[in-house]
Amino acid sequence: MEWRDQGVLLSARKHGESAAIIEVFSARHGRHAGVVRGGGGRRAAPVLQPGTQLDLHWRARLEEHIGSFTVEPVGSRAGAVMGDRLALAGLNAVTALLLYTLPERDPHPELYHRTVALLDLLGRSETWPLDYLRWELALLEALGFGLDLSSCAVSGTTDGLAYVSPKSGRAVSAAAAGRWADRLLPLPPALLGQEPEGQEGQDLAGISDGLATTGFFLEHRLAAQLSDRPLPAARRRLADAIARRARR
Amino acid sequence: MGEATRDIEALIEIMAKLPGLGPRSARRAVLHMIKKRALLMAPLAEALQRVADSARQCLTCGNICTAEICDICASDKRATGELCVVEDVADLWAMERAGAFGGRYHVLGGTLSALDGIGPEDLSIPRLCRRVSEENITEVILALNATVDGATTAHYIAEELEGRVRVTSLAQGVPIGGELDYLDDGTIGAALRARKAL
Repeated sequence: MEWRDQGVLLSARKHGESAAIIEVFSARHGRHAGVVRGGGGRRAAPVLQPGTQLDLHWRARLEEHIGSFTVEPVGSRAGAVMGDRLALAGLNAVTALLLYTLPERDPHPELYHRTVALLDLLGRSETWPLDYLRWELALLEALGFGLDLSSCAVSGTTDGLAYVSPKSGRAVSAAAAGRWADRLLPLPPALLGQEPEGQEGQDLAGISDGLATTGFFLEHRLAAQLSDRPLPAARRRLADAIARRARR
Repeated sequence: MGEATRDIEALIEIMAKLPGLGPRSARRAVLHMIKKRALLMAPLAEALQRVADSARQCLTCGNICTAEICDICASDKRATGELCVVEDVADLWAMERAGAFGGRYHVLGGTLSALDGIGPEDLSIPRLCRRVSEENITEVILALNATVDGATTAHYIAEELEGRVRVTSLAQGVPIGGELDYLDDGTIGAALRARKAL
């Protein structure tokens, strides 16, 4: 068995004295693990950092074997984010969430392309937190827990949408929320893609509110279905860092 | 395995577990020691026993020594107000080998790692914060590995110590003797961002 593909390195851990077991997220093969001979050595260390774009060649005798990878770096991302506290937290949150949520060897090409686009923005664009928020929406969607924010679940209106129902994951307008408003989750313009022109990604407070909403569904819907492990701490650290920056 | 060689085989088996050694190299090392029994084997056995009895972590910095407080922490000359934070004792020894730092150290015992479930409470970060408050520290130098986990830990510590002390980190860039042609893009990018006027 063998295949070639490109992918993002999610994790690398030493295996024996000189090898490493890596997990990658690739376009056609989803989250996939494999052994890299010599991957535990010093020469491979700069290449095997989370976020690196790799050209992958996987081989195994049988499909169900872990197999081995030959990797070639296509682009490094760790170097660009190491000096930027928030961007580094973003990289950690993306890789940790993908490791936590994606089933093995299940391709999600659309999510893969969104992930690559988001990772390419980290440390290079100021507005990446908004892209991150929308990436979390895409992650929920890809794994079957998508939110329906197109119209109000109560009145059907598309105007004045201000909340998300924690039960159905559907939008609720301010008028329809009434006295239930305090039990609903916030729906900031950032989550709807309705920010004023030229100000996209500037409203960190709105993005922080949006992350509280996506975080609720990641934790109470997705994580509850996957295992009894809590969401990765890296995701909480990113949400906290964005909230702190929004308060400045 | 014969009765007559059982102890030797057991020694080879233990030696083969050491980093850098496998069964063949362990066998070679044991054979060499047996041949130089008086010169190597007996002193090695004595030294191993002594270290096994006395090796311990320094209560202040986490260095490995044979007393409660290591020589570096006990020395008044090293009380410069600078505290160098390293991931592991091997890193501390590497810094000492370089002889470029005259202050004291703090060994974290690892880095934050979401993958391995290592959080701040699993490292000696709370002890570091206490040291900054209790000792006369003017600068904390974060000498952590230039990896994603190392950088995540450095940012976490910098945040914890924000406003209390000057926090710096080691520069990243082209190593001495390094050729640009052989460097990875991450290192070249970091070196370019940290360029300095000549």
